[in-house]
Amino acid sequence: MKQFLGFIKKEFYHIFRDPRTLLVLFGIPVAQLLIFGYVVTTEVKNISVAILDRSKDDVTREITQKIIESDYFTLTQNLQSDTQIEEVFKTGNIKEVIVFEPNFAQKLGRDGTAQIQLIADASDANTANLIVNYTSAIISDYVQKQNKLQLMPMQIKPEVRMVFNESLQSVYMFVPGTMALILMLVSAMMTSISIAREKELGTMEILLVSPLKPAQIIIGKVIPYVALAFINAVTIIVLGNLIFGMPVNGSLTLLLAESLLFISLALSLGILISTIAKTQQVAMFISLFALMLPTIMLSGFIFPIENMPVVLQMISHIMPPKYFIIIIKNIMIKGTGFGFVWKETLVLIAMMMVFILLSVKKFKIRLQ
Amino acid sequence: MTNKPIIKVENLVKKFGNFVANDHLNFEVYEGEIFGFLGANGAGKTTAIRILCGLSTPTSGNLNVAGFDIYKQTELIKRNIGYMSQKFSLYENLTLKENIRFYAGIYGLSSKEINKRMDNLLETLKIGDLRDKLIGSLPLGWKQKLAFSVAIFHRPRIVFLDEPTGGVDPITRRQFWDLIYQAANDGITIFVTTHYMDEAEYCDRVSIMVDGRIEALDTPAGLKKTYKVSNMDEVFLKLARAS
Repeated sequence: MKQFLGFIKKEFYHIFRDPRTLLVLFGIPVAQLLIFGYVVTTEVKNISVAILDRSKDDVTREITQKIIESDYFTLTQNLQSDTQIEEVFKTGNIKEVIVFEPNFAQKLGRDGTAQIQLIADASDANTANLIVNYTSAIISDYVQKQNKLQLMPMQIKPEVRMVFNESLQSVYMFVPGTMALILMLVSAMMTSISIAREKELGTMEILLVSPLKPAQIIIGKVIPYVALAFINAVTIIVLGNLIFGMPVNGSLTLLLAESLLFISLALSLGILISTIAKTQQVAMFISLFALMLPTIMLSGFIFPIENMPVVLQMISHIMPPKYFIIIIKNIMIKGTGFGFVWKETLVLIAMMMVFILLSVKKFKIRLQ
Repeated sequence: MTNKPIIKVENLVKKFGNFVANDHLNFEVYEGEIFGFLGANGAGKTTAIRILCGLSTPTSGNLNVAGFDIYKQTELIKRNIGYMSQKFSLYENLTLKENIRFYAGIYGLSSKEINKRMDNLLETLKIGDLRDKLIGSLPLGWKQKLAFSVAIFHRPRIVFLDEPTGGVDPITRRQFWDLIYQAANDGITIFVTTHYMDEAEYCDRVSIMVDGRIEALDTPAGLKKTYKVSNMDEVFLKLARAS
């Protein structure tokens, strides 16, 4: 144990004496959190919607048809009552619920006006905005066409409501994304580089010749980064809250526990990379291309997954950050408990096991 | 120097796919001797030394290091050996003191013992003022000597040196060999690979590897006599050309 503590101490010396490492560890997280405030605007496609039709007449059916026929939406569920609305938002990946008021066609015929309510999940602010605009456009298009055929002009007023993020702040999108990105960067990239550095310098051989067991060496190298990545996670949550007003509606303990899980996963990925990479540079390139870019592009961080070509959507399913982002968005914004994120949590645990098994196997091969 | 073997190698074979890096090696190293392990680049020296240190496993053969079986008692072997590779092996961004504390620490030495031995070492080498200097700021010659001192700091029974003097000037090399003699006097067995033939003359016994096989093993004087030449350089060239 004493040997082991000495090892960890040495690892901290490395970190605190290298200005570049320190910059990556503490400078980049803060900078990125601030930079990603300006999220790229994107387009939507095949968005899952649910419809609550309280009227069930010809007009509502026709409008529903119009909405579904457009490329933008897919009807996933027909709701029966108000109470189901919140539930579908929390459980499903439904982004919008369209509600027709009772006696829709009748009111339209009598008063020339009727109401549609558009409720959107605004935890992804950009997408929510676009979805609502598209839906409104389809409805007004329908109204215009009808008015050409009829004598009495009619009017349908969409009433928009955002849930989870009423003021449509994009911060709700980028704080979880940045958190995933930073934890991935710090954990996977820094460990893979620091292990590769020992190999490159030849000190790894000296360690392997010593009485330390390979597992001790790896764990000793990893522990400092667990601690530092965890500090980063806390920093992001605090900064997000103080500067951008990002809430933590759910359990903070659960949020931190999930962060720790994601950190461990990223670390195991870092170890796997280091078993492949012989030099620091190779480790860095693999981390950048295999981790950073997919985390930014394919995790749903900036570009909505629903909108990607099918191939990329499939790839996004094997991106660990995707599940982590879903989990922390649920906890931070929707305030849901473990009951709603256990599936994603299991996926992360499974992925971590696979990475650890693969690295153990790789490590053994290398020692032959 | 005694005639008690501390390393016994019987029929060591190491294959990488179809390539045979070590082809039935047989030799013994005696306790307390300086054993030179010579050969051209790619002759299989590093492969053999890595196997003896437990960094790699042999394809077949019986090996015994410091009285322990290489297959079953790897952990015990590791406690009794020191290793210095051709790559320089101290941490550049740690001070001399921190490097020593770290390496001695992983061999389980107590803080008190570490401090005592460190004071001793710094005094012997007359470098007390380097104690708190970062290793990265020292000249290569010093780094090399310190790496050796750290490799034997836990007082192993055998120290393996894989081309320890690569890239240093002749004066530093001479000083480095003074340290090796000192360690040998203290009873540590030295197993050293080199391709400087003048260094081969400093060894008690020398083996010469060619293409994965040991072609000759004797004292430097014995080898010169056998091959009827005046220096080790010519012994080496004769053997290497014969293949």
